[in-house]
Amino acid sequence: MPQPLLEVKDLRVSFRTEDGVVKAVDGVSFTLSPREVLGIVGESGSGKSVTMMSVLRLINDPNMLVSGEVLYKGRDLMKLGKGQMQEVRGDEIAMIFQDPMTSLNPVYRIGDQICEGILTHQDIDKPAARKRAVELLQQVGIPHAGSRVDDFPHQFSGGMRQRAMIAMALANNPDVLIADEPTTALDVTIQAQIIELIDKLKDDFDSAVVLITHDLGVVADIADRIAVMYAGRVVEFGAKRDLFYDPQHPYTWGLLGSIPRLDRPKASRLYSIEGTPPSLISPPQGCKFRPRCPHAFEKCMEEPELVSRVDKRDHLDRCWLDPATKRVTRYNTIEGGRAA
Amino acid sequence: MSVDGGTPLVEVDSLKKYFPIRKGLLSREVARVHAVDDVTFSVREGETLGLVGESGCGKSTLGRTIVRLLDPTSGDVKFRGRSIAKLGRRGLRPLRREMQIVFQDPYASLNPRKRVGSIIAAPLQIHGVGDRDERKKQVRALLATVGLSPEHYNRFPHEFSGGQRQRIGVARALALRPKLIVADEPVSALDVSIQSQMLNLLDDLQEEFQLTYIFIAHDLGVVRHVSDRIAVMYLGKLVELSPAEELYERPIMPYTEALLSAVPIPDPDLSDQRERIVLQGDVPSPINPPSGCRFHPRCRYMTDICVQVEPPLVDYGNGHLAACHHPLNVDKETLDRARVSERHTPAAADEHAKPEDPSGASQPVPTPDIQRSSVVRRIVDYSKRPEEQT
Repeated sequence: MPQPLLEVKDLRVSFRTEDGVVKAVDGVSFTLSPREVLGIVGESGSGKSVTMMSVLRLINDPNMLVSGEVLYKGRDLMKLGKGQMQEVRGDEIAMIFQDPMTSLNPVYRIGDQICEGILTHQDIDKPAARKRAVELLQQVGIPHAGSRVDDFPHQFSGGMRQRAMIAMALANNPDVLIADEPTTALDVTIQAQIIELIDKLKDDFDSAVVLITHDLGVVADIADRIAVMYAGRVVEFGAKRDLFYDPQHPYTWGLLGSIPRLDRPKASRLYSIEGTPPSLISPPQGCKFRPRCPHAFEKCMEEPELVSRVDKRDHLDRCWLDPATKRVTRYNTIEGGRAA
Repeated sequence: MSVDGGTPLVEVDSLKKYFPIRKGLLSREVARVHAVDDVTFSVREGETLGLVGESGCGKSTLGRTIVRLLDPTSGDVKFRGRSIAKLGRRGLRPLRREMQIVFQDPYASLNPRKRVGSIIAAPLQIHGVGDRDERKKQVRALLATVGLSPEHYNRFPHEFSGGQRQRIGVARALALRPKLIVADEPVSALDVSIQSQMLNLLDDLQEEFQLTYIFIAHDLGVVRHVSDRIAVMYLGKLVELSPAEELYERPIMPYTEALLSAVPIPDPDLSDQRERIVLQGDVPSPINPPSGCRFHPRCRYMTDICVQVEPPLVDYGNGHLAACHHPLNVDKETLDRARVSERHTPAAADEHAKPEDPSGASQPVPTPDIQRSSVVRRIVDYSKRPEEQT
């Protein structure tokens, strides 16, 4: 394996609230290699966004407690000063946010918002930055970029705004691009466009991508490896093919089974993971998925470690079930009501 | 459910809804947004009609016009055979009990200052159902019906997650025991795992209360699960209407084909193998829609005729209608039998529709030299059938 570009070691993020301490991220570790696409998948509240936001140190909350290391090219980002961090952020690691409607400033022109990032990090003058902004808009597929650069965000459609956000994130040719649910607010047709665009641009710009989503279908195309998160921890981590064709954690099965599938005959009933995600203030004892898991047994009262339990060393999971049993039982879940 | 059986509960007839754009001191009308432009279809009692299209295609406007939250510009909506397009407030009142709507955004559609109990009781109160205690009892029962706990009665909306809020919205819609529920993108704001819970709930409720749904969505994967028939809209027009499974196996309109191919498949190998049709650009402006077939600027089968002539809605048999000059997945026989749908005869289309005259005479439809719809066949039947010739 090549030297990782980004290495997160035992990241823990918690927030003090009136009701108690919310452990949003509880011991997450992963690596990202150059030019790799890592998918982080999980439900709302599973800690996937908080993980990546704290990698960029974007959360500024006096009640937040962070521990762990985030090594970017060997430097620990957690130990950088404010100014040093600012040099990394937006220049070497950039982020695309979920909601393009609210993450663009409505009173500034699109071009000015892109230029701001360029002027902060590059030593060029305004006309040159503007030229670069037009180029970027062209690269992300905005028609008539030369004139649209002076538009305001409200003159753009949802898909175009997300493209503008991507242009902004790529402005300084970052090594790591973090995309936080870049397609959730969009139509499926536009989603397909944006995913294709990210896939193409990662090659053009030579960037590694972390793609956060709640829909495994979205990462099926472009991810190299996938981490599935639940209740602030990674419950399964592996290469894309291993995760889709040999999923080890019942939560992953549930996510796969919940997706209405066009490639199969219509199921009489969709599989659904019953219940709701656990409270992060007083999470259940043992395996955090236990209360919702149809396969739970006594051993699940102990929390399983994230280790490899199959013959692939880089396929990790947190589940006590015997892999051989799992290979038999999981299809009921993954294929939903097909058998019914 | 049989496709032909059942009496129509809702009949929509050449419905149009335009929004005027006003400018200047005198608010002169300078243009119109053609949100719904001459749409005709019916919904049978007990069925679920899926209404699919991209943002801005007019599907939500159509849904809202049907339940008369918006007044139609022209055309008619009939509920149980009775025209409701021109009814006034008073006349609509009793009908409001029969038709309810579930809104898309579970965060914006519940009043944050009201307790869940009074949100759900509001329709009961307005229609004077029972006394206080009776209503309270009903609301508790409704909460249980949608999978919430009766103890949630005194909570505020912000205490709930997105999926739970959407359940509250469903409970409110159910309160008056309506016949028809228009569900406007009820799951698009939810996580996939919660989405499947919601779809199953709607399915159960339909059975329990004999509901008729108009289910609006932008994702063909989601509607497949709930729909008996599916209507595809593009820029205010109905472009395809078909029994659900047939639409997935044999889409006729290239736009439907593209929508199908945009649905992600959670299987890396299948996903690699299928040919993705990524539609370029956005839906054009409904203020000044493209000439001829409105889909032509984004269509890969586009020819001259598409630019000039608006295709009429043609009945290909089996309740499968589509408006396209270059129909996909249609063999010669069907093409010969196909005729312009009687249920859809907009004057403008008739004028130009010479080649497709209603007598059923076969007309040469220009066939572009592209292998037809192998894409979708591969999506749907990959595991089931060997490659068929097209």
